[in-house]
Amino acid sequence: MGELLTIDNIDVCYGNIKALSNVSMHVDQGDIVCLIGANGAGKSTLLKAIVGLEGLTAGQITYDGEVICQAKKTRHTTDQIAKMGISLVPEGRRVFADMTVEENLDMGAFMVRDQAKIAKKKEEMYDFFPILGARRKQKTRSLSGGEQQMMAIARALMSSPRLILLDEPGLGLAPLIIQDIFNKISLINQQDKVTIFLVEQNARMALRASSKGYVMENGRIVLADEASKLLTNERVRAAYLGQ
Amino acid sequence: MSFFQIILIYTCIYALMAIGQNLITGYGGMLSLCQAGFFAIGSYTTAILTTTYGWNFWMTLPVAVLISAFCGFMIGMPTLRLKGDYLAIATLGFGEIVRNVINNWDSLTNGPMGIQKIPQAAIFGFRFNPYKKTAFLILLIVIIAITYFLFRRLARSRMGRALAAVREDEIAAASMGINTTKYKVAAFILGGSVAGIAGSFQAVYILSVTPGTYTFMVSIMVLCMVVLGGMGNFLACILGAFIIQFISYFPQLTGLTNIIPAQAKQIIFGLILVVMMIWRPQGIVGREKFNYSGVKKSRKGAK
Repeated sequence: MGELLTIDNIDVCYGNIKALSNVSMHVDQGDIVCLIGANGAGKSTLLKAIVGLEGLTAGQITYDGEVICQAKKTRHTTDQIAKMGISLVPEGRRVFADMTVEENLDMGAFMVRDQAKIAKKKEEMYDFFPILGARRKQKTRSLSGGEQQMMAIARALMSSPRLILLDEPGLGLAPLIIQDIFNKISLINQQDKVTIFLVEQNARMALRASSKGYVMENGRIVLADEASKLLTNERVRAAYLGQ
Repeated sequence: MSFFQIILIYTCIYALMAIGQNLITGYGGMLSLCQAGFFAIGSYTTAILTTTYGWNFWMTLPVAVLISAFCGFMIGMPTLRLKGDYLAIATLGFGEIVRNVINNWDSLTNGPMGIQKIPQAAIFGFRFNPYKKTAFLILLIVIIAITYFLFRRLARSRMGRALAAVREDEIAAASMGINTTKYKVAAFILGGSVAGIAGSFQAVYILSVTPGTYTFMVSIMVLCMVVLGGMGNFLACILGAFIIQFISYFPQLTGLTNIIPAQAKQIIFGLILVVMMIWRPQGIVGREKFNYSGVKKSRKGAK
């Protein structure tokens, strides 16, 4: 399996503050890779850089053999990156609250021109997330946090992406719901062969679901290993697993 | 009757601007306050081309549209990253720049004196002179009807969907593959263009233009019409335009100018807006709800 996403020595600055320094990592085709770290470590900044919402001050990002972002040179816009097959599930879900579940899914398929394909994909999503099928005509605002997160994932899947970036899918949700969402994420990876890169504070849940993991502290990658090894790593256990 | 016709003519001219504002604010969710600027550009384009260069009114319309569209592009591009009150202030600045340029560019616009003796519009030899208000009104209603159907169609198209997504959440919209820049600028261009058309008709109706007509209050009134009628509903904007114009001229219409001073209209506007914002923030009619297969769903107001 080749590398789908390669992040090569990138720096990102907010004014004078360096949010990311010398970050290098890669996501292999078909993998689930997670990035764990505390608040303010720079996890979300990294995702923003990948989808072109933040510019780089050094380094480059390559997706599927093509440079999508390079310091001071190329910078694809978010919609161009989405068209290349990278779908972001943003932090805090960012659902279209005034639209129904169905309309949200329609929006997710904005790039798809084939009506029949959209209808088919929607049915797939309703099968996969039965709760969304039951609430398809309901305003998204009225959904619970967990349901909204599932809808955000379903919406991202509507465009049949190759790579999904998940920004804290467990944010503010009860442990049982998080477990449910991670099960779904694993299923998406296995059944649809979608590569997944997820960023999460809930280290245990994230590492269990992933094959590979990175640990970020203060804008730097401090550890990179197989997820199972990270779960038993002394440092990770002390800092993130509370053991 | 004649005075009532004047109110209807102004309703039509302002309704055109409100339709444009609705695309920008009601659909795109961008709080723009520069319809007066586009209005002035349309008026002066027609006034200058017909008087100085002797053009036919109908020939000046496409030029007014082009110049307004270009200005829409120029204002849309740099202000894209701004939102809410910041965008409002930036666009307000644009409106004031237009008025000040007009006020000071004496050689072209005749400065504060304005331009008089604009030739009347004519169609197949029929002249729309100030005594033929009904004819002018019919002409305007035809223009409104065309604009309404075009814009409504636009709102139901891919562009309408894209603007709805941008309005609700720009980052989510972009990560869905929607080119937010393109659609936001397009909204500014189209919204500005219809205000330019409104300006052209204003010029051939009054037959003179002065910079004093195109103040910030015009933009505010247009915004009020959209908010009052219902954001995201073109028909409601036309209704809003009528209500606001009717209130504006109510004292003159009823001959009550002795009892209700003309200035009172500002107080009435203010009151209406306060009351609306508290009890019916979605406007009198509320947003028109489309689903994407193109079948209209009726819904009264936001839930």
